[in-house]
Amino acid sequence: MAERALAPKAIVVYLPTGRCVEHRLQPTDAAAPKNGELMHLILFLIFAGLCLAGAINLLLQSHPINSALSLIVVMSSLAVLYLLLGAEFLAIAQIIVYAGAIMVLFVFVVMLLNAGREDRTMGSRAAKLIGFPAVAVLMALLATVIVRIQGLGAAQLGAGLAAAQTAVETAAGAQDTSNLAQLSQVLFHELLLPFEVTSVLILIAILGAVVLARKTEGDEPAVERTAAK
Amino acid sequence: MTPVPDIDRIMPEVILTLTGVAVMLIDASLAARRSRRWLGWIAAMGTTLALWASLWQISLPEGTGFFDTVETSTFTVFFHVLICGIVLVALLLSLDTLPANSHHQGEYYALVVFGAVGMCLLTGAVELLVVFIALEISSISTYVLAGYRKQTGRGPESAIKYFLLGSFATAFLLYGIALIFGATGTTQVYQIAILAPANENHALIVAALAMMLVGIFFKVSAAPFHVWTPDVYEGAPSPVVALLSTGPKVAAFALLLRVVYEMLPSLRTLWAPLLWVAAVLSMTVGNLAALRQQNVKRMLAYSSIAHAGYLLAAFAGIGDLGIAAASFYAAAYAAMNVGVFAVITLVSGYDEKLPLIDDYRGLIYRAPLLGSLLIFFLISLIGIPFTGGFFGKFYSFTAAMSPMNGSAVALVIIGLLNSGIAAAYYLRLAVVAAQPAAPSAAGAAPAKPEIGIAVGAALLLAVAATLVLGIKPGATLHAAQSGAHTLQAPAPGVQSSPLSPIIQATPQAAQ
Repeated sequence: MAERALAPKAIVVYLPTGRCVEHRLQPTDAAAPKNGELMHLILFLIFAGLCLAGAINLLLQSHPINSALSLIVVMSSLAVLYLLLGAEFLAIAQIIVYAGAIMVLFVFVVMLLNAGREDRTMGSRAAKLIGFPAVAVLMALLATVIVRIQGLGAAQLGAGLAAAQTAVETAAGAQDTSNLAQLSQVLFHELLLPFEVTSVLILIAILGAVVLARKTEGDEPAVERTAAK
Repeated sequence: MTPVPDIDRIMPEVILTLTGVAVMLIDASLAARRSRRWLGWIAAMGTTLALWASLWQISLPEGTGFFDTVETSTFTVFFHVLICGIVLVALLLSLDTLPANSHHQGEYYALVVFGAVGMCLLTGAVELLVVFIALEISSISTYVLAGYRKQTGRGPESAIKYFLLGSFATAFLLYGIALIFGATGTTQVYQIAILAPANENHALIVAALAMMLVGIFFKVSAAPFHVWTPDVYEGAPSPVVALLSTGPKVAAFALLLRVVYEMLPSLRTLWAPLLWVAAVLSMTVGNLAALRQQNVKRMLAYSSIAHAGYLLAAFAGIGDLGIAAASFYAAAYAAMNVGVFAVITLVSGYDEKLPLIDDYRGLIYRAPLLGSLLIFFLISLIGIPFTGGFFGKFYSFTAAMSPMNGSAVALVIIGLLNSGIAAAYYLRLAVVAAQPAAPSAAGAAPAKPEIGIAVGAALLLAVAATLVLGIKPGATLHAAQSGAHTLQAPAPGVQSSPLSPIIQATPQAAQ
């Protein structure tokens, strides 16, 4: 039950303009069916295990493409864990951005570069020797900080799913209190201008990339001639 | 709710964005070998329209739009007009000097116009997120423009240097913004101004101020952060340098004014000495290094560092006086600097066949109009009366004297000494241009530069602005002063906005 106790009590997203979106997980005594709770625990154990296994496999594999594929497992299982904790926006963003877009880019680059199996060198062995103790120290440090500041509280797994279910059941209870609604309130309402102006920023970045990557003036006729053939 | 539609608050930016998109789309749909020069005229027309829209914004009641993220006031209108004017001159200059057969003129004009969107937005933003995005827009467009001349090795070199150092500086600014948010729980400038003095996390705010100043000093090329300037100016195409050395700098100075005078006026005892040091260093380093340059563009790069120093001296002024002087100097600097780079573009051409000071020998005989214009702009850069440069320096140093203490007097004395040093290298170029050409060089006498309609209009605008600022500075000064007034007074209705949610949202309060 240690994992359960370590899970955070609430997910707080601090946003500019001073508002914070806080999704407080429901306390343990909330009316939730016993079966559901067990189900959530099983789900959590499965995906936490998958996540850990993927992460360890990522480190142990010597071929980059295998490592990249393990990373997809890690990302997707993390998304499920987020969902179990009631952070549905984070979960979907995790799938779309990390497991989707970024991983495609990773795999693409690995295949494009045709990277082969990596060699075990003196340096990599040394890194392994130093790396594991370093990771242990880092974990211990993080755990200490979290325990000191937040303490160990009880969190209900599957709070988000349960809340969604109750919302569906009551139908009328669909108020704007889910973190998705609050997030979109901030993003598309209070910070509408920065959000929209970012599109100009991206546009100019694309335009700049096109300009910088073009052929120099002297090359152009030659290129066009070969294209016409 | 404000009675003014939010879209009116960003009308110039909207017009500029639409112009940029239009130029980009038309460029893509034209056949490969068609001339794209007229796209520059479209861009210039769009910029003129945006300038007119900025002037029209004066009729709007002062206030903010888009949930307190962007402001219109006399201050923002002043800088909008200034930036639109600079961009217009730079566009007109590019129209006649870009190589006619260039395949990528369309992208060039689009990038300039999009860069103007960023600069304009930067002066009007009262939300640090918008500030950051606007700064990135203007920076990225200038990074790309700096590397436009890819045939020479210097172009890509300057673009890469500018990009790497610029990104580094922006990261500092972003870190500062993050720290401000950590300390106050908001990124809205007015609310920071209210929350910062009462904040117990004083160290965080001090660190944030320092980080933001590093980022801004880089953008205005003030002294400890100036090393990129000469290399970038030398490698970038001259019409781009005309824009680069004025537009983003003016916008960054507007941001600096907003940060120190509107956002953190309570920390004056902290930022005033920092700006004092930066001003003294910029003036001295810029002028001393400029003395030793042989390349005209490098010399002017160091001169622009020195001018950033004179401008920073105005920040020693208290309240309205300092803001007005800094705004006026920004206008005067922009007018004369864009002018001198226009002349240099015409003399040495896009390919820069004549980069050295000695190449300007006999210019006044070869091209009397250009030669005399060059001397006129140099005189203004020295700061001789009846030019904009004189009143710029005059107001800046007068403002710097206003605290009436030892350090203020020292600053003004250092500034005046520096103006003397500066006269040496400006006069050297002017004298060389007025000397008859050596007979040995006559064999390879360069062709007389032609002045087209567009470039003529650009030069006329720059000369007129420099002269008006020098002979009749009253109107501009008045505008700068009323702008200064609007910068200091938070817009009405800010105090009434509920502060409780913000205080709840701060990490300390959440505990």
